[in-house]
Amino acid sequence: MEFPRIPLGQWIEGGLDFLTSEYSVVTRAISRVTQTGIEALNDSLMWLPEWVLMALIALLSWKVAGTRLAIGAAAGLALIWNLELWDPMIESLTLVVIATLVAVSIALPVGIAAALSERLYRTLMPVLDFMQTMPAFVYLIPAIPFFGIGSVSAIFATVIFSMPPAIRFTTLGIRQVPTELIEAADAFGSTRKQKLLKVQLPLSLPTVMAGINQTIMLALSMVVIAAMIGADGLGNEVWRAIQRLRPGDGFEAGIAVVILAMILDRLTQALRK
Amino acid sequence: MTDTQSVKIKVRNLSKVFGSNPKKGLELRDQGLKRPEIFEKTGLTLGLSKIDFDVHEGELLVIMGLSGSGKSTLIRCLNRLIEPTEGEIVIDGEDIPQLSDKELLECRRRHFSMVFQNFALFPHRTVQQNAEYGLEIRGVAKEERAEKARNSLKQVGLDGWEDALPNQLSGGMQQRVGLARALANDSTVLLMDEAFSALDPLIRKDMQQELLELQHRMKKTTVFITHDLDEALNIGDRIILLKDGEIVQIGTPEQILTQPADEYVERFIEGVDMSRILTARNAMRPVRATAREDDGPRTVLRKMSENGLDSIYVTSRERKLLGLVEVDAADQATKEGKQDISSVWHQDFACVGPDEPLHNLFAMFSEKSFPIAVVDEDKRLLGVVVKGAVLAELAESGDN
Repeated sequence: MEFPRIPLGQWIEGGLDFLTSEYSVVTRAISRVTQTGIEALNDSLMWLPEWVLMALIALLSWKVAGTRLAIGAAAGLALIWNLELWDPMIESLTLVVIATLVAVSIALPVGIAAALSERLYRTLMPVLDFMQTMPAFVYLIPAIPFFGIGSVSAIFATVIFSMPPAIRFTTLGIRQVPTELIEAADAFGSTRKQKLLKVQLPLSLPTVMAGINQTIMLALSMVVIAAMIGADGLGNEVWRAIQRLRPGDGFEAGIAVVILAMILDRLTQALRK
Repeated sequence: MTDTQSVKIKVRNLSKVFGSNPKKGLELRDQGLKRPEIFEKTGLTLGLSKIDFDVHEGELLVIMGLSGSGKSTLIRCLNRLIEPTEGEIVIDGEDIPQLSDKELLECRRRHFSMVFQNFALFPHRTVQQNAEYGLEIRGVAKEERAEKARNSLKQVGLDGWEDALPNQLSGGMQQRVGLARALANDSTVLLMDEAFSALDPLIRKDMQQELLELQHRMKKTTVFITHDLDEALNIGDRIILLKDGEIVQIGTPEQILTQPADEYVERFIEGVDMSRILTARNAMRPVRATAREDDGPRTVLRKMSENGLDSIYVTSRERKLLGLVEVDAADQATKEGKQDISSVWHQDFACVGPDEPLHNLFAMFSEKSFPIAVVDEDKRLLGVVVKGAVLAELAESGDN
């Protein structure tokens, strides 16, 4: 006798169909809000003349990390502008910023809760493993029925893919606070909230920032992939180059991604210190 | 001496079992099983068993024991950083194990401040902000807490360091911050968990001395944990000796040394340098004879020869020590026909209080051959110490 194949895929599709049809109001609302946010940020970044934004980013780099990063950032952005990739770069940047904001605003409370509750920690960790190891492309598929083709789906997939490190590092950071300091906070009669705000969070901040840095990097890589479901930006340039078999265009867009990644990475790393 | 003091904390029948079914551990203990047997049977650790003691108002109580004796558990049970399994801990009428979470917070804020072995300073806060912590979480107004924190920093000799971060300070200074943080809180009880154990020996001695001075000034009820008997004997008004989660002996340093409760305590005190612990009072002998200030030289000579002395202390009517007359000088005065001895006594001899440690007396013997006079605060002669008596006292305590 042959053991029947388990219809795992069908179950998942059934579940997704159910969610799409029953919660269409919710998904549509999310979609509209997100779309508005994306457009607002994108438009304002686009509205700034290129050289102004370049100068602003260079100034920020100089403030946070010093002259070297300021010069590097200015040169990199100038190259992107010269390659006529400025607009797609802004589109990618917008998606990264919005996805990171959403991911971090979910990840911080979840990470804190997981650090304080052993039970939540144990149930959450396998979920995070799942989220991180599932091939990133897979998230693109259910995103479409939920939010349709375009940037909102890209944000959804990006948030899911990039959130785990921020949760993990937040939890880790809080758990790493030495027991003696927790005891000291307790011994003086701190409430849980006081302990969290005055001791645990400030001491875990460098670790939390490392997690946010990771989230930004993952978000950038996912935003590029999300071009497959119609997200605008540098990923779209790469995707077009693949379809037309034009390696030159592909590398140009790829280099622009690398420049953007390095600026974001160095900036957030410098913020840690 | 402790009878007159009121009880600040009353601990009765306190036990702590670590593990998932602690009541089972207590049952087995009540059936007469010991700590290792309970662990072997159930995996439970009997941390503390049937601890009874009082902490008196204003005293410095030392709880001492080796690692694993349960001393850290005991001090943490007092403010419930560790939940006791059974027993009473009563402070000002409140039974701490019975308090709700909210009452416990209130109780910790009012009654307890703690100083930790590895300082446990908040590294992201300045010295001043560390000292303010306890007041800050109680919601004390900004100026008031800054003022109190500055005062307590001054008390531990750290004025001028308010804006430093803890990692810019040496170990000894960091622990002063820990002490200042505890003092600023103005709680009724100070808990010190191996507070000086992480410091190097010289700094440690200084800190002990400073704690004694602070204690003398402020009369703060203090529970001090240590594994070091020398430290316990040096600073403790009373000492509780713990072993395997049970109390072996409670007593003053002198009681612990002179009447050890059992072999365990005896072995413990073997390593102590008795000359640092015993004082002039222990080796003091009553004075066999003294000269009065209005005695004539002839009388003095007779007193000396009757008692086989070649020098004699002269006292006033109120037994105040005036000086020392040597046999040669008395003889001379007799020959010269003097009527009193006021011109022949001198003050060239060693004179100590009854609490002078014996080891300080050795040096005095090598300078002078006279017996050392022991006097009280009013200069009244209490007794004398001769070299032989010091050595005999040391030998005797060593044998015990």
